[in-house]
Amino acid sequence: MLIKKLTDINGLPSYEDDVRAAIKEEIKDFVDNMYTDRMGNLIAVKNEKADGMHIGLSAHMDEVGMVVTTIEKSGMIRFDTWGVLPKVMLSKTVKIGKNQVIGVIGSKPVHLQKPEERLTVLDLDRIYIDIGATSKEDAEKYVEIGDYIAFDSEYREMGRHKIKAKALDDRLGCAAIIEMFKSDIPHKLTAVFCVQEEVGLRGSAVAANQIFVDLMINLEGTVCADSEDIEEHLRVTTQGAGPALSIRDTTSIYIKKYYQQMIDVAKENNIPLQFRRSGAGGTDSLNYHTAHGGTPVIGLAVPCRYIHTPVSMCDKRDYEALLALVKAFILKYGQEGTK
Amino acid sequence: MNTKEFLIKMSNAVGVSGYEAERAEIIIEYLKSFCDEISTDKIGNVIGIKKGKGKGKLMLSAHMDEIGLMVSHIDEQGFLGVTQIGGFDQRTLLAHEVVIHGKKDKVYGIIGIKPPHITTPEEAKKSIKLEHLLIDTGYDVEEVKELISIGDLITINRQVVELKNNRIAGKCMDDTAGIATYATILERLKGFDHDLDIYFVASAQEEVGVRGAQVAAQHIEPDLAIVLEVGFGKSSEGSDDGKCLVGEGVEIVTGVNIHRKMFKTLKEVAKKNGIKHQVTVYAGMTPTDCRAIQVTGKGAATSLLQIPTRYMHTSVETLSMDDVEATGRLIAEFIINFNNCDLEEFLCL
Amino acid sequence: MNTELLKSICTLKGASSEEGAIAEFIIEQIKDYVDDYKIDTLGNLIVHKKGNGKKMMLAGHMDQIGMMVTYIDKDGFIHFTNIGGLNPTVIHSACVIFSNGTTGIVNCERIEEPAKMTIDKMYIDIGAISKEEAEKYVQIGDICVYYGETIVDDHKVMTPYLDDRLGCFIMIEALKKLKNHAFDLYFVFTVQEEVGLRGAKTSVYTVDPDYGISFDVTISSDTPKCRKLPQKFDGGACIKIKDMSILCHPKIIKHMEKCAKDGNIKYQFEILEAGGTDSGAIHLHGSGVPSGVISIPTRYVHSMNEMARLSDIQDCIDLTVKVLETAID
Repeated sequence: MLIKKLTDINGLPSYEDDVRAAIKEEIKDFVDNMYTDRMGNLIAVKNEKADGMHIGLSAHMDEVGMVVTTIEKSGMIRFDTWGVLPKVMLSKTVKIGKNQVIGVIGSKPVHLQKPEERLTVLDLDRIYIDIGATSKEDAEKYVEIGDYIAFDSEYREMGRHKIKAKALDDRLGCAAIIEMFKSDIPHKLTAVFCVQEEVGLRGSAVAANQIFVDLMINLEGTVCADSEDIEEHLRVTTQGAGPALSIRDTTSIYIKKYYQQMIDVAKENNIPLQFRRSGAGGTDSLNYHTAHGGTPVIGLAVPCRYIHTPVSMCDKRDYEALLALVKAFILKYGQEGTK
Repeated sequence: MNTKEFLIKMSNAVGVSGYEAERAEIIIEYLKSFCDEISTDKIGNVIGIKKGKGKGKLMLSAHMDEIGLMVSHIDEQGFLGVTQIGGFDQRTLLAHEVVIHGKKDKVYGIIGIKPPHITTPEEAKKSIKLEHLLIDTGYDVEEVKELISIGDLITINRQVVELKNNRIAGKCMDDTAGIATYATILERLKGFDHDLDIYFVASAQEEVGVRGAQVAAQHIEPDLAIVLEVGFGKSSEGSDDGKCLVGEGVEIVTGVNIHRKMFKTLKEVAKKNGIKHQVTVYAGMTPTDCRAIQVTGKGAATSLLQIPTRYMHTSVETLSMDDVEATGRLIAEFIINFNNCDLEEFLCL
Repeated sequence: MNTELLKSICTLKGASSEEGAIAEFIIEQIKDYVDDYKIDTLGNLIVHKKGNGKKMMLAGHMDQIGMMVTYIDKDGFIHFTNIGGLNPTVIHSACVIFSNGTTGIVNCERIEEPAKMTIDKMYIDIGAISKEEAEKYVQIGDICVYYGETIVDDHKVMTPYLDDRLGCFIMIEALKKLKNHAFDLYFVFTVQEEVGLRGAKTSVYTVDPDYGISFDVTISSDTPKCRKLPQKFDGGACIKIKDMSILCHPKIIKHMEKCAKDGNIKYQFEILEAGGTDSGAIHLHGSGVPSGVISIPTRYVHSMNEMARLSDIQDCIDLTVKVLETAID
C-alpha cells in the first residue's frame, strides 16, 4: 500500500533521497517530464500539451526528526531536533543514519529521582541516545556527527478507519499527488515534491521560482486535537470530518474567491470538508502565493492527531475524501479555469 | 534456547504484576526440562526444584512481573484514561504505541499528546500527570466499549532491540534478566551433583510490593537465598542516573538485607573464578524480594546480585548480556563451591 | 434494609485498638445466626458459620481513624498524633470526642501558608485553660474520634463512621439473609485495619482460608473535578480490581461479576490509587489466598462526614449473599 510504502521510508530535511526515489518509481510511467532541482525538489509534469487551466500540486517529502551533534566520551550520542519535542522521544528507539543504527533514548530511573525532578520537563541537555557503544571511539565506528536520526515506527492500521505511522505529515500529501498522476485526469498538472519544509519552507522557496501554474493546491497533514480534554474552539480540525481547508496560517491568508470554489466542489460532489480552524502553523503555500506576480493557492490537509511524533494518526476516510475532492476540483476547473 | 534468546522471549511477552500467566508459561516451558519438580502457587509464583543431596535449601528468586498500565476510565469519545500498576515515570509515556489486552483480543492504542500550538508556555514547562494521559484506539466509543473493559491491562508495544557490544534493550529487563540467569546456571550445573536443593523461583507481584517472594518464601522456607535483580546502571562514569556500570560485571550487593557470609563467599567465588564483578552498598532496605525473604518464617541467609541496567522502568531498559552471563556463572560456581561447606557452620555469623 | 441497625452501628465509636464496644454490639446482632464465635488476642471477632465447601474468610474492619494524645501544653492545649490516615486540611475545625465523653475541637497554630499545615502544628482544644485542668479529662495516650451526627434518610447515610461500619453492616445483613451458603464461612470483624491491616494479618493465620473477601468503603469518583475512576454513586456494588494493597485475584473478580449478572444486581468495577484494605493482608497468607473486595462507593472518606447511598449499600448486601451462595468453579 502506497501510504505504508512512503511512511516507512526515512526522509529527514536534506536527506529526502529515499523518499524521492520511491516517488519517482511510482510516477515515472505517468509523467511527460520530471527533474530534480539543485535543492532536491522533485518537479514533474503530466499532460504537458493539454490546453486549459494548468494546476499545480505541492507536498513536502521531508519529515521531522533529529541530528547527531556530539558523541560523548562515554559513547553516548547528543542530538538536536528538527521539529520534534524532546519529551516525546523518551523511552523510544530511533534509527541513526543511512545504516539505520539502532539506538535507545532512556532517562534517569524514576527510583533515583527526587520528587521535584519528576515535575520538570526533560530537555535536550538531559537526554541522549545509547547505541550500546562503550566509548567515543567505539561509537564512531557506527555513527558520525551530522547523521540524521529518524523515528523507529512502522505503519499500522488501527481501529476501524485509522492509520498510525510516522511522517504522515506529509507523505499523505505526496501519496495524494501520486494518485492524481496515476488517475485518468486529462488536464495539465505540475507536481512539486518539496524538500526541507519542516525547517522553514526552504525547498518550496526555490521550487516556486521554477514553475508557472494558474493555481496551486498545497496538500498537507495538519494538526488535529479533538479529544474531550481540549476546548472545542482549540481543536483546529476533527478527525473523520473530511479534509481541512485552510483559511489562514502564520504564513498565508488564503483568498476566499479561490477556496470558495473548493467548497462548491465539495458540496456539488457531496464530499465532507471542514475548515482548518486555527491561524497557527506555516506551509509551503507561502512561497507559491508570493511567487512571480502572485499565484492563487488553495490549502487542503488531512487532520493528523499526534503530529510530529513517531505515532501520528489519520483517518483513511479523510484521506480518501481529499483524493476525491482534489480530483473533482481538477476535473471541473482544469477545463474551464477559475474565474 | 540460550540465555539471550530466553531473555528476549520473556521480555517481549506480557506479564504485568498480578497477570503474569503468559510469561510464566514461557518460564515453565524452559525450566521443565531441567527441574525435578515444577509448581505454581496461588499468587502466581513459578517454582522449579532441582534436587541435590538434601543438605539445605537454596532459593533463587527473580521476579517475572513488569510494571504496566490499566484502563481506569472510558470517556465520551472513546479515549481511555489510565492508572498504573507499579511505578512509571509518567514523562516517559508520551507518544507510545501500546497494546490494550481487551475483552477478547489485543487492541492497539496510542498514548496521545497535546499538540504544541495549544499548549501554553506554562504547561510546556510542567510535566504531564498520569491522570491526564489519554489512549486513542482509533475506535469510536461504542466500539471501544465492546472491545475494552475497565481494568483491562495496557502494555507498551516494545520488542527487544539489539544494540552494539552484546547489549540489548527492552521493556522488561527488570527482572526477566534475573530469570534469564537460570539458563546459564542450569547449563553449567548439568551433570554436577550438588549438595543443595535448588529452588528456581520466578516470583510474582514484586513491583507492587514484593508480594510474590514473601509467599514463595513462606512456602519454601529456604536456608539460603540469592535474589537476582537489575541494578541501576549509570549512563556514564560520574553521572547521577545510576549506581553501577553496565558491562563491568555482576553487582554484588552488601547491606543490612544481606547475610555477611553470603556476600563474602560470593565475592570470593567471583574472584576465584575470574568473574567480572562490582560491589554496591545498600545501607538500608533493598527495594527487592530480598527484603521479604530475609525475615519470612525462621529467616533466611539472603544475598542480592544485580545486573547493571540503564533506564529502569522505561520501555528501553538496557543491559549487557555479558553481565547476565557473569551473574549466572557466579551463582553456578557458588553452588558448586558449596559442596565444600557445612550449612550450619555457614549460617552462623 | 434495616436502617435502624445501620444507624446504630454508625453511632458506635472505636478507634484502632479500642474496638471492644463494637465487637460486643456485633455479637448481639449475629449470635443467633452462627455456629461459633470468639474474640482473639488482638481483638478480632471471628465468627464461624459452618458449611460445606471451601473455607472462605470475610473481613470488615471495626476500627476507625482517630487522634492520640501525645502532649498537653501549659495552656491546656492537647497535641496529638494520628491513628490512621488524617489529612490536616480535612481535620481542621473538626469536633472530636474521647471515650469518657470529653469533647473538643481540632485547630491549628497560626501559620503563614495554610496549605503547609501539618499535624504537628495542630492541637485539640477541649476548653481547658491550663494543663492541670485538661489533665482532669484527658491523659497522654487517650484516643479521640470525630464527633458528629449520624443521619439516615430515604436515600443516603452520612456520619463520621462509615469507614468501615458499612462493611460490618453489610456482613451482618448478608449473614442474616444467607440460606444455602456454598462455603465454610468465617466472618471476621477485624481490628487495626487503619494502621496497617494488622487484625486481618493475625486472623487469617487463625482461619487459614482458601479464599478471602473483604468489605470496605471506597472513594466515589464523581465529585466536581475529581480524579476520573470508574466507581460512582448509585453505580451499584463495587467489585475491586486493584488498590495499593492488592491486585484482586481474577478468579474472585470473575466470580463476583458472574454472581452480579446472574442475580441481576447492579455492580461496577473499582480502582483505587491510594490506600488498601484487609484483603491486602489476607491474600499474602501461607502460599497465597485468592482474594477480592466488595466496596461501597463513598464520598469524603476519612472526613467528618462520610456519605453513601442506600441503593449502593443494598446492592452490596445482595451481591454478598449471592457470592456466598454460589460455589467458585
